[in-house]
Amino acid sequence: MCALCGVLGGSGHWTDAAARPGVFTRNGDGLQRRRERAHRIACASGVLKFYGLTLSDWQASSFVLSTATGKTELVEDLGHLWATAEMLLGRPCDPLDPDLIVRLEAHGG
Amino acid sequence: MVAEPVFTPVNLITGFLGSGKTTLLQRLLGDPALADTAVLINEFGEVGLDHHLLERIDDTMGLLQSGCLCCTIRGELSAAIRDLHSKRERGTVPRFRRLVVESTGLADPFPILSTVQADPVLRHHFRLGNVITTVDAVNGMAQLARQPECTKQVAVADRLVLTKTDLTDEPTTEALTARLRRLNPSAPMWRSEAPLDAAALLAHDLFATAGRSDAARRWFAAEMALRERAGTHDRNRHDETIHAFALTFDGSLDWTLFGLWLTMLLNRHGERVLRVKGILNVAGTDAPVAIHGVQHLVHPPVHMAAWPDADHRSHLLFIVDGIERVLIERSLQAFLGLPSRSLAAA
Repeated sequence: MCALCGVLGGSGHWTDAAARPGVFTRNGDGLQRRRERAHRIACASGVLKFYGLTLSDWQASSFVLSTATGKTELVEDLGHLWATAEMLLGRPCDPLDPDLIVRLEAHGG
Repeated sequence: MVAEPVFTPVNLITGFLGSGKTTLLQRLLGDPALADTAVLINEFGEVGLDHHLLERIDDTMGLLQSGCLCCTIRGELSAAIRDLHSKRERGTVPRFRRLVVESTGLADPFPILSTVQADPVLRHHFRLGNVITTVDAVNGMAQLARQPECTKQVAVADRLVLTKTDLTDEPTTEALTARLRRLNPSAPMWRSEAPLDAAALLAHDLFATAGRSDAARRWFAAEMALRERAGTHDRNRHDETIHAFALTFDGSLDWTLFGLWLTMLLNRHGERVLRVKGILNVAGTDAPVAIHGVQHLVHPPVHMAAWPDADHRSHLLFIVDGIERVLIERSLQAFLGLPSRSLAAA
């Protein structure tokens, strides 16, 4: 369900585009989907750690986003990840924040 | 009979008040190639002049009646398209293969586009096609200076049509053309007094042509020109907060990291990222992947048939409002873990 509008149905987010002719997606067969989910968690964790957040898989269908104090939310896709992270933190997650950029640069992305 | 495509393309014709949207629509619908096009127009105010100016009114035309398309009738637009789809399935209207929506001059185009892509029914039957924006050559410069909607309509356009050029002098038209090019360097531009190629305006969009090897080159031709002019062209003026720039990367990039970065950028700054358009060299993929977004809305990425030439670098074009190029460049670099020399701004 879309958290913003309450509409039921698949996410339809561009990073989870349904596999169809002409569309680039990593949402193909089961193995590819699993591999992409694991990679996505690894990549997101590399950024989320600067906010004290962790991301893990939940039943290969959603993600669990948690704070260091245990506040937890389910996240369906990347489209909802950052809005949920901001809600848990109570502050914006800005990729243009110079402090974040400096820390990412220091850690090699 | 030819079956309708699985996803019916939806074109949006937008442009400021009096910029000639309806006249353009009238001309386009006169083209026999567009005979199987359904049209939704929006009536603004009580008189509904747009409606009365249109000659072609048939069974496939619906009339949206409650005010401005952008703010009040997103639900109505969705309902109107669903209704057309339902009638087509039941055979009570001709089996149209394209839908054109004409917005009011005051409309912010984004909610109209997102309605098509976000509606849980529509997104399985329709896809977004080209956005065509009309700009009045007589009043365009003043409208761009005073009306934020006008600027946004230009920035999100896939095609620009300059109207009323016969009513003004050449230097005025040239100055306006240069201003439009700074706002949106990638959209092909027509003058309305010239013959119009309906197919090029409406049909030659990225998704429809991705299977052709020349499509990538044409789709990105203007960006390439922008890059080639990098050393000599005039920089965006400081008094224009909306500006365009292109970034180029060497080597392949990680699709997941890129997706993570763009999603984070659009979550926080989507309203100011008027357009992002790119051809990417994705690690583990032989052919280029094209991405295309308008504000918070990113189209499904297109897997193109082949690279158009020997240049296999990734290119990204941004049209942004009030965001510094250097910040976007450095942030993307940091997310992708790229050394600074691998990414060059044009």
